[in-house]
Amino acid sequence: METVLIAKNITKSFSKGINALNKVSFTLVKGKVLVIMGPSGSGKSTLIRTINGLETFDEGELNVLGIKIDSNIDERKIKKIRRRVGMVFQQFNLFPHLTILENITLAPINVQKRQQTEAEEFGMYLLSQMGIDSHAKKYPNQLSGGEQQRVAIVRALALKPELLLFDEPTSALDPERINEVLDAMRNLANQGMTMVVVTHEIDFAKEVSDKVLFLDNGKVIEISSPDIFFSNASHERSRKFLNQLDKN
Amino acid sequence: MRLNIKFFLQIVLILILIIFVWIILNNLSINLSRTGIGFDFYWLSKPAGFSLAEKPLRYSPSDTYAWALFIGWINSLKVIFLSLIFATFIGILIGFARLNKNSFIGLISAGYITVIRQTPLLLQLMFWYFVGFLNLRNNNFLNFNQIINFSVQGIDLFGIKFSSEFSALLFGLSIFSSAFIAEVIRGGILSVPFGQWEAFRSLGLSERTGFIKIIIPQALPAFIPGLTSQYLNLAKNSTLAIAVGYSDIYAINDTIINQTGRAIECFIILLSSFLILNLLITNIMGLINKLIISSRK
Ligand SMILES: Nc1ncnc2c1ncn2[C@@H]1O[C@H](COP(=O)(O)OP(=O)(O)OP(=O)(O)O)[C@@H](O)[C@H]1O
Ligand SMILES: [Mg+2]
Repeated sequence: METVLIAKNITKSFSKGINALNKVSFTLVKGKVLVIMGPSGSGKSTLIRTINGLETFDEGELNVLGIKIDSNIDERKIKKIRRRVGMVFQQFNLFPHLTILENITLAPINVQKRQQTEAEEFGMYLLSQMGIDSHAKKYPNQLSGGEQQRVAIVRALALKPELLLFDEPTSALDPERINEVLDAMRNLANQGMTMVVVTHEIDFAKEVSDKVLFLDNGKVIEISSPDIFFSNASHERSRKFLNQLDKN
Repeated sequence: MRLNIKFFLQIVLILILIIFVWIILNNLSINLSRTGIGFDFYWLSKPAGFSLAEKPLRYSPSDTYAWALFIGWINSLKVIFLSLIFATFIGILIGFARLNKNSFIGLISAGYITVIRQTPLLLQLMFWYFVGFLNLRNNNFLNFNQIINFSVQGIDLFGIKFSSEFSALLFGLSIFSSAFIAEVIRGGILSVPFGQWEAFRSLGLSERTGFIKIIIPQALPAFIPGLTSQYLNLAKNSTLAIAVGYSDIYAINDTIINQTGRAIECFIILLSSFLILNLLITNIMGLINKLIISSRK
């Protein structure tokens, strides 16, 4: 079993005295799905963003696909990581001035130096897998939220990533649009994609995840299999959180 | 009830306006009849009689007032157009540099913007004229033969001559406006959502590529209104040319008023000159805006 991600005692504070992340450690094996849950402000986004260097950290060590980074910023290593790790954001963050296909082929052409036709062919293939290839020539604002988020997933997939990061990918969507994105993610997991997913979608987590990491105040409260976490969480704090989620 | 008050206020406003205009017109006609000059533009075809230091076209005192004004127009356009280009260029550089928080160049550019924006333009023009350009010819170590030479007439760069007055005005206007343009540029770039930076970074794009391909295209539409208003300011500020003795349209009108007393005619000429110029700037910027918008859809 190949380990894709090892986090060791990651600690980070934005302002003195308050730790956004407090000695966070976990590992992730290739082909597995890790779901990160926790109340608002617990550090989920901060944690997932350290994985591809969008956020720095103060202490600890991170091993991403064999590339080791620590609190000393090494731009070259971070760039290497970003070429192999894709990310999907809550607000989609598509490039509004580019067409859907241009959004998707931008990185393959500029980062991986692939031929335009080759990049476009692969992009169209990925779009058709998501059932949105008819939108290729449109601009992001002409698409629904769910479609935009699926484009964002395709944009990340276009670099053939070995690890995909999702930060609340369905939180900005209308309820009736959530499932089309979750289905796409489900398919990816079934195809063996290694993923880290921050989400509040319990059903998705139950069904797709291999491990659930519960974060509170920057601390890992527990890391359990979804069966255990959702039926018989070992910590009072986790149970409280799940009750809260159920009510909403 | 509400409507009545509004209506009443409007009537009062209109009355005040009428009284105001009437007083001004009355003043004018009293003035006109007192000086006995009358109101016409025939004098434009008479010889001006004064000489001009700055003449891009052939001019002598025996030429008409109209021709002198035309020379003034060209002088104004020359300094406005060149300042506009330099100011934009410097402004973009400083604006970009200003984005680097906590770095040395970030600090320097922040200092530049603060100093330039908080001192009067008139003072800066005087500075460039008296401290900068008027005495350059005594600065021997700055003379590089054949490339740049300084003399009483001003600067000689590759054989093209610039007067001290023109150089000081060009420098002063460019640098003054560049500080404001830098802020426009910075504001435009900051108006692009931070998620766009994160998105291109997460795709492995370099800062440079991302800045050029993702950030700038989205910031461009936000630049236009700010740039337009800075360009309009620049055009209007160019009338301070008179302070360093550069013969722009305003300075020449001033001379004519002193010489002939044709204040009203000259004001009309000035007013329409700047109205036309500013309409031109506004429309060109509007066109550029349209081009930007249509290039992305
Ligand atoms: N750029 C920042 N500057 C200062 N503080 C920050 C910054 N980003 C996050 N924080 C703080 O760090 C803590 C963790 O934030 P984070 O965004 O990681 O939480 P989260 O679990 O993702 O919350 P949410 O569910 O609301 O997205 C919060 O207290 C937040 O206020
Ligand atoms: Mg978050």
